Parts: sequence; C-alpha cells; structure tokens
Amino acid sequence: MQITTTVNGHPYSKDVEPRTLLVHYLRDMLGLTGTNVGCDTSSCGACTILLNGESVKSCTVLAVQADGQELVTIEGMATESGLHPIQKAFQENHGLQCGYCTPGMVMAAASFLKENPKPTEHEVREALEGNLCRCTGYHNIVKSVLAAATAMEGVVL
Amino acid sequence: MTVVESGSSKRVTGTRMLRREDPALLTGEAKFIDDIVQTDALYMVLLRSPMAHARIISVDSSAAKRMPGVVAVFSGSDLRGEWLAPMPCAWPVTVDMKNPPHYPVAADVVNYVGDAVAVVLASDKIAAVDALAAIDVNYEPLPVVSNLEDALADKNLVHPALGTNTSYVWNLEPDKAKVDSAFASAEHVVRSRFVQQRLIPSAMETRGVLAVPHPYGGEYTLFSSTQIPHILKTMLSLTVGISEAKLRVIAPSVGGGFGSKLNVYSEEVLALTLARKLHKPIRWTEERSENSLATIHGRGQIQDVELAADADGKIMAVRVNLVADMGGYLQLLTPGVPLLGGFLYHGLYDVPAYSFTCTGVFTNKTPTDAYRGAGRPEATFAIERSMDALAKRVGVDPAEIRRRNFIAPEKFPYSSAPGLVFDSGNYLPNLEMALEKIGYKEIRAEQERRRAEGSRKHLGVGLSCYVEMCGLAPSKVLGSLSYSAGGWESATVRILPTCKVQVVTGTSPHGQGHETSWSMIVADRLGINTADIEVLHSDTAIAPYGLDTYGSRSLAVGGSAVYLATEKVLEKAKLIAAHALEVSPEDLDYQDGEFKVKGSAGKSYALSSAALEAFTAHDLPEGVEPNLEATVTWDPPNFTFPFGTHIAVVEVDEETGQTDLLRYLSIDDVGNQINPMIVDGQIEGGIAQGVAQALFEEAVYDESCNLLDSTFIEYLMPSAAEFPSFELGNTVTPSPTNPLGVKGVGEAGCIASPPAVINAVVDALAEFGIEHIDMPASPEKVWSAIELARLSGTRVD
Repeated sequence: MQITTTVNGHPYSKDVEPRTLLVHYLRDMLGLTGTNVGCDTSSCGACTILLNGESVKSCTVLAVQADGQELVTIEGMATESGLHPIQKAFQENHGLQCGYCTPGMVMAAASFLKENPKPTEHEVREALEGNLCRCTGYHNIVKSVLAAATAMEGVVL
Repeated sequence: MTVVESGSSKRVTGTRMLRREDPALLTGEAKFIDDIVQTDALYMVLLRSPMAHARIISVDSSAAKRMPGVVAVFSGSDLRGEWLAPMPCAWPVTVDMKNPPHYPVAADVVNYVGDAVAVVLASDKIAAVDALAAIDVNYEPLPVVSNLEDALADKNLVHPALGTNTSYVWNLEPDKAKVDSAFASAEHVVRSRFVQQRLIPSAMETRGVLAVPHPYGGEYTLFSSTQIPHILKTMLSLTVGISEAKLRVIAPSVGGGFGSKLNVYSEEVLALTLARKLHKPIRWTEERSENSLATIHGRGQIQDVELAADADGKIMAVRVNLVADMGGYLQLLTPGVPLLGGFLYHGLYDVPAYSFTCTGVFTNKTPTDAYRGAGRPEATFAIERSMDALAKRVGVDPAEIRRRNFIAPEKFPYSSAPGLVFDSGNYLPNLEMALEKIGYKEIRAEQERRRAEGSRKHLGVGLSCYVEMCGLAPSKVLGSLSYSAGGWESATVRILPTCKVQVVTGTSPHGQGHETSWSMIVADRLGINTADIEVLHSDTAIAPYGLDTYGSRSLAVGGSAVYLATEKVLEKAKLIAAHALEVSPEDLDYQDGEFKVKGSAGKSYALSSAALEAFTAHDLPEGVEPNLEATVTWDPPNFTFPFGTHIAVVEVDEETGQTDLLRYLSIDDVGNQINPMIVDGQIEGGIAQGVAQALFEEAVYDESCNLLDSTFIEYLMPSAAEFPSFELGNTVTPSPTNPLGVKGVGEAGCIASPPAVINAVVDALAEFGIEHIDMPASPEKVWSAIELARLSGTRVD
C-alpha cells in the first residue's frame, strides 16, 4: 500500500508491503542506512529513530504505521553548520568505538533529553536501558549524554 | 610521558586526541556490510539444524525451489564437490590432534543446533526466508554429548569415527619432580574447581558477507564483517580454490568483533563458492539468533587448580588440569585458545614450579574459539580466586597474600616457570595505588560495621591483580606452538608529492581507532599535522600484507611497524636533503618538517621539498630511487605483558540474592600510551564485558543441547543501568620490547574483571561460610547458596 512520510524534513511517497518493518523501509527503500539492525527482538535499540519527536525502535513499527508521520533518523541530526550537540558530545567524550549502536544511542538520547533536559547520571543510565552497546561499557556514553545535556541547556530540539 | 622519539615540537602522542573515525560513524555515513548497495545480488539464507546430533536421511527441497523468487537450493550433498579443502583449523596444537573434516553445509551428520543443512538463494531476502520453511529434512537423531564430563567419559561420541571425544591432550610441565616435591612439602594446599561458562560474544553488528564475482575479469571481491581480511583471503583461497591473485577481501566498517570475527566461517566460504558457481553476487546477513548459534562461543572450561604454599603463603607450585569445550568442530583457532592461558596460571606471582594440562573435547554444541581475552581471563580467574582462598587459609588479607608473592621488580625481564619472559613489571606500587584510591581500609571498616549491626545488605570487596601476554606475537614462538601463521605486522608510509602522507597498515580496526592513533604516531615523528595524514587499511588490494587485529596486537606490533616505516622514510628524505644542501646526512637534524644543518643557523631543507624532489626525480642523489615510500614488516621479539589491579565493591542482598556493583576501580599499566582516551575506552569496555561474565551472561543449553538463550531477550547482555561509572588510573612501565614502549590493552579489562567481581561477591558472603559462587553469580545462585548455608548451619554468626 501507498504511504507518505516526512523523513528528516523530506517528503516520501512509497508503495510498501504491509509486513514491511519501518527500519527496512528506511534502509532499503529510502537508502537511509545509518539506522542499524542489531537484533530480531526489539532488545538492542540500534534501530532507534524519532517518530513525531519521540524515540521508537524502528524494528517494532510497521512502515504503514508511519503513514503521514514525521520521522528523524541519524542522517537528520547534523546540519550544514556541523554535528548536532549530542553527536558532538559523543565524539568529545569518546562515547563510541565501533559505532554500530551509536545512531540508536544518539536518537534515544535526543528523545530522552527532550523529556528530561537536566538528568542525573542515574536517570541517564535508566533511560538508556533499552539500548545495548558491547564496546564502551557505557561509561563514556553516559558521560556523553550528560555533557550533551549541559551543552544544550536552553536549546529547544 | 615520553612516548616516541619525536620530530615535532608539538607532541600529540600521549594526548587525548579526538577520533577521526567518529564523524562518519555518528552521522550514518559509515558503511557497514549491510549498508553496501549491490542491486543484482542474490540473498543467501541457511537452513539450520534444529537437532544437536543427527544423521541427515534426506533433504527434499523440491517445493522450496518452486517458490517465487527462489533461484537455487542446495543441500550439503549437492555441494560436496565444490570445496578444495574442509573448513580450516590453523592451530593443530599437537601432532596427533583429532580434527574431523568440517564443511560449510553438513552432508551426512549435523553436530550442533545451528549446523547448516541447506542453503537457499533468492532474489530478495523475504523470498529466501519464506523458502526455508518449505524444505523438508528427515533426520535420524543420534545421542548427544552435552557436557564436558560426559565428553571425557566417551560414553557417547560426537564423531564416532574418531573413537573418542578427546581432540587433544596438551601438557606443559617443565619439571614434574619439582612440582611433586613442592606439593609433598607444602604447608598449605589449596584445591579448587572452577567452571568457565560458555559465553556468546554478541558484537552489536552480526556477521555478514557479500561476494561479488567479476565474471569477465575472472576475479572476485569479498566483503565481510571480519577482523581478519588478510588471513581470510589466504584461507578462502586454500578452501574454495580461487587463486590469491584473483581474490580481493575488504572489511568495511565492522561493528565490533571481540574475537568472534577472527575466524573463517561457513558463510564466507559458501558465498564465495556460490558466486563462482552462479556467476552472481551473493549476500548474506546473519540474524541475531543465528549469531548466537552459528558464530563461535567463548570460554567453556572446567578448571581444576591446585596451589602449594609454605606457611607464610608463599606459593611453591601451581598445578592445573583443564578440560576445554571445543564444541562440535574445530574452528580456525579453537584448540589453541585455552593454551593462550596455559602459560599464565601463576598470574603475576613468582612461582618456581608449574604444571598445566589441557584436554580439548568435542561436544554437540556451537564451536568455541577466541573471545576477548581468549584463555587469559580463564587463567586469571583461576589464580585470582585461588589467591583469595589461600589468603583465607593462611589467615591474611587478600592484599597481603598478593604482596608476598609478586614477582619483584628487579627480576625483570622475568623468566617464568612455564617458559615465558615477562618484559617489564612493577606490581606492588600498582596494587598500593589501587588500595589507596578505593579507600580499602574504609571499605573494610564499613563492612565490619554492617556485619556488627546484622545488615541484610552485605558489602564485599574483591581484588584482582592480573598480568597477561598479548601483542601476538613473535613468529618463532607461534611456530613452536604449532600455530600456522606468523605474528608480524606490516606498514607502509608514503609521502606524496604535496607532502601529504599515506599510511598503509595491515591491522584491521573495528572500533579501536587505529586511524587516529596511527596518524598520531606518524605526526609526531614527522613533525606534521595529523590532518595531513591518511590511514588506509582493511582492503587486501590497498594493504596487501597484514595479519589483522586480534590478541591486543595492533598497537604493539602494527603501531610499531608504522613507527619504524616512518623512521625509514625519513631516512630516505634525509638523503635527498643532504644532497640538496651538499652536506653529509649525519650533519642533519630534523624538526617540524625541516632538515637543518647542525650548528649552522639558517641552512635548511623542507620535508615538502624532499617530497616533491622524490616525485620529480630531477636531481636525486646517486643510488636513491624516486618516490618517498618505505615499508617495514616488523616481527616482535616478545609478547607484551600489561598488568594491573582491579577492585570491585559489591552489595549483596541476602533476601533476594541480588548483587549490585557499587564501585569498580582499575589501575592498569599498559606501558606508554599513544592516546589515553582510547586506552581508557578499551579498559572500560573490557571491564563491562568481564563483569557481564561474572554476573549475567551464560549460553544455557538443555540436556538435548538446545541453546535456550539465543536472543537478547534471554541472553542477559547488560545495559547501562547495570553499571556504575568506572574509576580508572594508571601506572606506566614501558615495554622494552617494541620501539613505542607500549603494551596491548584491548583485552586487559575483560581479563581482570571477572575474578574481582566474584571475589567481592564471595567476600560479601563470608559470614555464611560460602567459599565460591559459580559464574554468572545470578540472584538465584546467590540466594540458593545462602539458603543452603542456612540449612547446613555454616553461617558464622
């Protein structure tokens, strides 16, 4: 069936099979391969994107459910003037190693910081519970999100 | 911190330079295997055996072949003639090691749940997956071998033709009489049995392959999510029978490895074979539950460990008997993995007598192989748990028993009883720093206070002092261990006509930041900006020689090769400069991109001039070839031996058995540090992976050898919520065995942390008389141990 979405500000209209997952729509049909797949069970969060401003695991959403909705993927975070403050904080705090979980982590952090702009370390750790990383031990991911919160104080996402 | 000889007044090595790899990874620009577009590729999916041990009676794929989009279906028998050789095992650890032939698709018998029985190729992935359900396989079940003790007993056999489940028995006992006499005369003998549970490596990116034939050129390009493009190329050539001259292997961005991508896998062999057979690109992407079954597992050992000690607790001998789980077949390095720990069961203690035996046995489970630490976490766990038991026996604090046994600093280079030479070490100050930073005395006081008031939340503190051998490795030593490859690394440094620099490395990073660190090494030596240096890797057409990234080898071996190649290219530039300045090369100093005549102000020649001159070749000195390029292949004279102290502080709730990790401190000594930010990141990730082994993770099998936790729902890979922030520190004892003075760091955290955590848990439970908890120390296990202690009255009230 035909669905229309706005992804990173661009309108798309595509014919999708009803069983197509949103993550496959993004990756295979729109060519937005920054969103990664890490598991089959909605456990790892590598595929996290923003759906109308809130984080969702795009492997748990059908493409047809996104019809008429606004999506932001990792490709929509940086602008002409450079990396998004969250991306910058991840680089400055070495919040990534292999980088595979990173797009999901950044998008989950974006959604979380909108809800809670001044989180404690404990709150960051709880908020990222649905996003797995095997490289960093989370130490620098947590630091990155806290640093991003400070950097973005007063900035509306 | 002095790191390397510098040609720069603005040193970058030793600084926390941000990674150049990050922007591409942070924006989705980086291309992982599944991001590579190949529009005409056929999708490959594998039908995997649901049975752990069974004879394949028949495979009927006629219905599957008729399904829409399906191009071909092959069983193991259909493909029997396609291979030049079975799947490679590169480490025949003994001359009589049993290694049953293992093919990418089983033809007669399946040997573990997940063993491939058929392969489907279709125009898209969904069509291929749909077709799997239409293949009808008739199996005749065979008895399974589900645990190591049954395997040793040989009651049922995994491979009946071998007549035994034992693949090999490997001994390391330089002086048996000395060991026997130490045990006969010892005041204390501590005997323990430890179980190293199987672990699923779980890199966040699963594996994937894309094999592209170039039918009119007669060549093939294979993309794989691998740690070892170079080794893979040679092994594929030998296995599939495609000339090395016709095969290019590329590792694109790789989403983590941890040893699990240090292998040659069926799917890589299959994709290349089928690309040859069908003249079409073939692509395969592993699903997570497939990754749990068909990618190697780690650990899987039973360790019987004995320490003999005198009345003061000074260790006189260590004797170890290991049974190691090979799984259903031998993969690339399976048999050698336990032996990498076999030299280290005395830890960083001065032990004069040593005996180690390892028996490798087959079971009907996923093959094991290298997983972060590979043999060394197991050894460290065994000795560090035993040290706590010895401390208790002698009646001293765990820190004190370690002090009494450390190898003294004046003994380095230290020749160990098992036959290694430890490069450098200074263990006592490292331990003392850790104890002071964590506030050891205060924690002990708080523990006493809680015990006195009968708290149900028990505080425990656990130490782990570790040393490990890494930086694989001197080729001759590998040869003496029957390893089928060398341990050198290659680097080329090329100064282009515009004085920009290309560094070509044989290492193959997958998260370690080699592009950043290698550029820092070269920038310092040449006195130029890192921005003017590009680092090329992971493509056998660009970097033809290399031995890839594993065993904490990349910096110590590959980084050293980069440094030495930079030196060599600078020597050539100096010849050109000397010619232009009409002086002898010895009269020149080099700093910040310029050669200057010693003692003569003003007379100088820029590196950029040498670069251009080397390119134009209009006026080169006699005998100097055009172009400014040097290649060095460096074979290290020894392993490196990083060490450190890790301390875990836990709180165990006796009502629930729940363990909370309150604090985790590590003081690591990895020699000189090129980029301390990256070093810390490696340690932190390693700590988390080791804590995961101690508290959460286990590949759980039932009696029929079904894996019960093949997804992230069941397999308890921890999240950020399970950890505190880590407290890190360093001591610096440079390695004298490489020009950078560095030691490996990739595996250290994972090697050190499991015993720190379990020592802490057991310490917390001391009141109950509990002496050990097997990993993972789950709430259920801890709670059951407490209940058992209550029932049997061992509680020390």
